[in-house]
Amino acid sequence: MTVAKPLPHDAAALHVTGQARYVDDIPLPADTVHLAFGLSQIARGRITGMDLSAVRAAPGVIAVMTADDLPFANDVSPSIHDEPLLADGTIHHAGQPVFLVIAESHLAARAAARLGVVACDEETPILTVEEALAADSRFEGGPVIWAKGDVEAALASAPERLSGTLRLGGQEHFYLEGQAALALPQEGGDMHVVSSTQHPTEIQHKVAEALGLPMHAVRVECRRMGGGFGGKESQGNALAVACAVAARATGRPAKMRYDRDDDFIVTGKRHDFRIDYRAGFDREGRVHALDFTQLCRCGWAQDLSLAVADRAMLHSDNAYRIGALRVASHRLKTNTQSATAFRGFGGPQGMAGVEAVMDRIARHLGMDGVALRRRNFYEAARARGPSAPSGESRGAPPSPEDVSGRKKQGEADLTSRGATKISSGTGAAQRFGGAHSPPPPGGANVTHYGMEVTDFELHAMTDRLLETSDYAARRTAIADWNAGSPVLKRGLAYAPVKFGISFTLTHLNQAGALVHVYQDGSIHLNHGGTEMGQGLFQKVAQVTAERFGLPVESVKITATDTAKVPNTSATAASSGSDLNGMAAQNAADQIRDRMAACLAPLYQAEPAAVRFEDGEVVVGEERMPFAEAARICYMNRVSLSAAGYYRTPEITWDRLRGQGRPFYYFAYGCAVTEVVIDTLTGENRILRADILHDCGRSLNPALDRGQIEGGYVQGAGWLTTEELVWDAKGRLRTHAPSTYKIPACSDRPQVFEVALWDGENRSETVYRSKAVGEPPFMLGISAWLALADACAACGPHDPMLNAPATAEEVLAAVGRARG
Amino acid sequence: MDKTREITLTVNGESVTARVPVRMNLVDFLRNELELTGSHVGCEHGVCGACTLLMDGRTTRACLTLAVQADGAEVVTVEGLAASGRSAALARAFTERNALQCGFCTPGMLASAVTWVEGGGSAERDAIRAHISGNYCRCTGYQSIVDAIADVAGSKAEDAA
Repeated sequence: MTVAKPLPHDAAALHVTGQARYVDDIPLPADTVHLAFGLSQIARGRITGMDLSAVRAAPGVIAVMTADDLPFANDVSPSIHDEPLLADGTIHHAGQPVFLVIAESHLAARAAARLGVVACDEETPILTVEEALAADSRFEGGPVIWAKGDVEAALASAPERLSGTLRLGGQEHFYLEGQAALALPQEGGDMHVVSSTQHPTEIQHKVAEALGLPMHAVRVECRRMGGGFGGKESQGNALAVACAVAARATGRPAKMRYDRDDDFIVTGKRHDFRIDYRAGFDREGRVHALDFTQLCRCGWAQDLSLAVADRAMLHSDNAYRIGALRVASHRLKTNTQSATAFRGFGGPQGMAGVEAVMDRIARHLGMDGVALRRRNFYEAARARGPSAPSGESRGAPPSPEDVSGRKKQGEADLTSRGATKISSGTGAAQRFGGAHSPPPPGGANVTHYGMEVTDFELHAMTDRLLETSDYAARRTAIADWNAGSPVLKRGLAYAPVKFGISFTLTHLNQAGALVHVYQDGSIHLNHGGTEMGQGLFQKVAQVTAERFGLPVESVKITATDTAKVPNTSATAASSGSDLNGMAAQNAADQIRDRMAACLAPLYQAEPAAVRFEDGEVVVGEERMPFAEAARICYMNRVSLSAAGYYRTPEITWDRLRGQGRPFYYFAYGCAVTEVVIDTLTGENRILRADILHDCGRSLNPALDRGQIEGGYVQGAGWLTTEELVWDAKGRLRTHAPSTYKIPACSDRPQVFEVALWDGENRSETVYRSKAVGEPPFMLGISAWLALADACAACGPHDPMLNAPATAEEVLAAVGRARG
Repeated sequence: MDKTREITLTVNGESVTARVPVRMNLVDFLRNELELTGSHVGCEHGVCGACTLLMDGRTTRACLTLAVQADGAEVVTVEGLAASGRSAALARAFTERNALQCGFCTPGMLASAVTWVEGGGSAERDAIRAHISGNYCRCTGYQSIVDAIADVAGSKAEDAA
């Protein structure tokens, strides 16, 4: 077996010797030009004039471009064409690109960009969600509301009620490799772009628009990224388009990479949220009603915000079957960076909201947090039931006005997941939500968006994790320890994760692959997924090799290339292995079937009986090396190349009504984290983390473990040390690692126990594996909850801990607990 | 005023003489002039550690070092560590332990790890964590990196015993 082996990363040997090439490492043609943006210094206003003479006169400068110099579309938006490459007269945020410097070197371009003088009529920026609400500054008209049950009635009749407000900060991706692109002009006006991107097809699309070319004239390649995390799903568009436009204008290759400060200041981050909640429950801990109002700060452009905000709504139940649940989501437009995709894509914010409420209820009732959560879990999946129920049973058929899953003619953008401006200005979404919605179909084990939960694994997983982490004994020991420790306090918390897998924009759930078998038996693999470190390339290579019964070394992994596999979706939504693994399997199986059909009659065998195993092909009584089989097929004029394709079955989603089955399945995980805080300073440490995570039948346990460990630490970073600070003028003040603190090695848990749940996906995914990119990120919520638990040990009141729980916030929460 | 200087230094065992702008960073000199692109540019102000290399045997931030400061020095990058075999055991351990994902931090991480192992550093995890606390990794969560360094430090200690 090649699949399920814990093989190392495909490029490990290149990384440890310094040979792995990122965009910035590619040897350049001698006449390459280098680019830098001149950035807006103010957050909002109208441009009244620009003096770029000093820029043009600066050493090494070849040309300077403004919006007026762009030959075709001035747009780098992945959704509704609201994101000009260069400001078109209006300034939307501090750090917005205003002009483009083309120079002989990277440093010359950057130095010259500082010399531009942009005169503006400055306006008061809208920076906070409160300011945006007051100004009714939004994407989509009015809030989107999805609900299950009669929330007001359930709240009114509940024996106990709580309400409150929670703030969750944003997060900078801090991919170690900053954004970068390189454009190489080709004959006849064609353009070849090399980009550090999770979405080559979108780069191709935007470059084609900017050059006035059909997509076939633009080829985009990406061998690897130095980290992506969602930050290279749409944020690479600007650099690639700038390079293409500059290359067209100068006739020379053009390269651009952001300096780290510019990367922080220009590009989008995770959406920060304010979540207002009301909860109704009984004294046994059964939650009757939850009402969430999510204020989502989207920044200046729509980007992917609608889909992010949708996913936050979709994860507001997390693992809990709540009788009445309503989520109202406000997508607020502010004069800040355009918030964008980031691992979890809104899911973490929705989940952190309900987990904070669960903890608060538990403290209010004096119950253990785990006991309270288990009382409200979805019902367990049947012991070994059917893989997944059929799609027909769920959700009403789409209504005539349903435009979910596709885009309106005219503003179609078929390659992104930004979603179109479905209901902007109409408030249409609101009509379908609220307490007046028809009751959702299906049985009781149904989410607030009408999807039956049939694969719930968390009962058994929680049992095992509580045992392996020795939760009960540690809970008691920590209480005793805290009683004798006035300054240092420990905290312990459990958090479950139920994360929906599939793009919520249904048409994106498709993928292609291209497989060649050469006459010497070696194999060339290409697919639409991109490699950002997660190990996707190796997993898909393992699947391909497995189909031919070969070791993974037989398969050459190649750069993602829009000329080989077209119309790809972003490598996002954790979908890379699910989609591309299946597409590659499909391609390999086509070739395998053709080979079997060729070989069987030569040896008096049936094609169905031909086996590919252990590097050999077995045909009747004959065994031959795979290379010999490939040679025979070639000599018999058999095509040894195939394009594979896959689309996820059974998913249907009516976005306006908030009803359907948006996810093919759920991935599960749970974590127990222990922390200690210093109540005098707020300083804190993660002492121990125990994780049990569900990867289905793992394609590669080593790579999956890496995703789990890294995801947890990144999630804990979001909720603890990673703080973004904008000043009153809307300038981001934490624009480099000197002031923005991602977890360092010394910040990770001292004891870190990670185990994989040994189940298999109940849905028919590639080798019954489960997606693993995003779900473990949310295990980090347990660290934040543990900090709240430690704060709660300081006094009788609820600490109402916000995120990020910096030392300052922890100190404030200790104060709130003491009252 | 002449804003360039001639420098002579040893890079990965080879003597190099070049005329460089006085404000050129060592990492830019290595990457752009010598095409040694294994040393990566992450934050360019000495925090992330992606450009870490060895200068006269000490771990050095090549983004905070001017090329002219390396005049007369012995510089070893990840390419040199690999070619000489100095990082072979660590490279093996990083591969086996899956101590890299996107790989961008790996060259700098290896440079720091080499000084730990060659300096007789122990397999004690807290000490390793402190030693590499100046090298950011955004992917792995560091667990596997500490495992890999501990493996090599531990087996080296066994060999010595």
